[in-house]
Amino acid sequence: MGGGLDLFSAAAVDSGEGAWSVSDVTKRARRIIEAGMTRVWVKGEVSGFKAYRSGHWYFSLRDAEAQVRCVMWRTDNRRLPGQPDEGTQVFVEARPTVWEERGEFRLTVKQLVPTEAGGLWQLRLEQAKAALARDGLLDVSRKRPLPDYPQRIAVVTSLDGAALRDIVSVISRRWPAVELLVIAVRVQGDGAEQELCGGLELVNRIPDLDLVIVGRGGGSREDLWTFNSERVARAVAAVNVPTISAVGHETDVALTDLVADLRAPTPSAAAEAAVPSGAEIEGSLNNVARRLARGLTTHAQLGRERLARTSDRLSAVVLAQLEQRQALLERLSGQLEALSPLKVLQRGYSVARDESGNVLKQIADFAEGSEFRLTVSDGDIEATVRETGKTGDRDAGSRRR
Amino acid sequence: MASKTPSFRDEISRLEEIVHSLESDDLDLDQALHLFEEGVSRLKTARKLLSDSELTVKRVLEEADGTLNTDDVSL
Repeated sequence: MGGGLDLFSAAAVDSGEGAWSVSDVTKRARRIIEAGMTRVWVKGEVSGFKAYRSGHWYFSLRDAEAQVRCVMWRTDNRRLPGQPDEGTQVFVEARPTVWEERGEFRLTVKQLVPTEAGGLWQLRLEQAKAALARDGLLDVSRKRPLPDYPQRIAVVTSLDGAALRDIVSVISRRWPAVELLVIAVRVQGDGAEQELCGGLELVNRIPDLDLVIVGRGGGSREDLWTFNSERVARAVAAVNVPTISAVGHETDVALTDLVADLRAPTPSAAAEAAVPSGAEIEGSLNNVARRLARGLTTHAQLGRERLARTSDRLSAVVLAQLEQRQALLERLSGQLEALSPLKVLQRGYSVARDESGNVLKQIADFAEGSEFRLTVSDGDIEATVRETGKTGDRDAGSRRR
Repeated sequence: MASKTPSFRDEISRLEEIVHSLESDDLDLDQALHLFEEGVSRLKTARKLLSDSELTVKRVLEEADGTLNTDDVSL
């Protein structure tokens, strides 16, 4: 037993001699089917859907005349956002096979896509989107911020389209300090995909590039389709500076929009997002000027305060010294007063002086019979020396010298 | 292709630095005055760059040997 044709030749034998077992025939049928229909896209309505605990999905696809059993394994269906509703029209990419255990013809579904709104276009788009999502190219975390003041901007678009004219006019009005580099490519029709990819690869070789705008003006669904190509989307994702995608009109969303760092609804909007406006810049320059002035004023103020603090400290030191001296002065003058002869006289002492006013301090100064003046606390007394005598040995000794 | 000349962006980012240091207070008055003067001159340069600049649009061409060239575009 070998190739597929054997099955049919065997069926032509009249007798039961050499009859096949059930296993043989189902196995053979499976081989023929798997070899004859390796991979097909099938469109149909989901019916009898059942998701098992194992995660595998079992359902039928049917149309008005026929139906076919389908299985979608967990490893394939877990990428889908959810289960298809009963009766949903879907496309499935499947491998036809025979389930030998039941002798049942069925499809092993690898991909399942709803057909609503757009049929095959949508199908292709969904497939491409799924592929990009699998590679993480749609992750929000990939989005890079756009530069504040771009100087060199590359535009990948058609040279004669409205998109380029719009971009040039918006940028020259808002922020003319820019060098715009155009990479001219076809954006629709044959070769457009190839040229767009080539242009996007080329931008990676432009030195000092700040930003890339890729896009085109509005057109029919077919015209815009190149921007839904998975290849083009991957080329956008591979650009090594921030990217803005601007395809068609407000409502058109292309695959490149999902991959770019920013999606702009139109080429004009892309240009507005790409550069600041002159007015904004004027505002921020004025703001800088104000902050400069305020900064300087603050420092001048700080300087003044520091100076004031310093002079306060200085006068405090001087004052403290003055006070110290004042205290010293008072102490000294107190001492001085204590030494004043009048004070001594008040305590009962008196001073003796001769007629010339010399103070008489010891016995030897008083000649017997001589006159002297004795000053007490409240006046003078004229006196005469009658007799002198020493008061003690120690005093006498010192006086004798 | 030629590299970019000193730019508005350079002026702005240096200005931001200057304003930042002026707004922090560990500077003496002399340093502050110097920064202020530099700031004023850079502000003037930035304003001039802005008022004097004109958008240039060029087309990028790839030569047979793979080098990149630019050509004027008439729109």
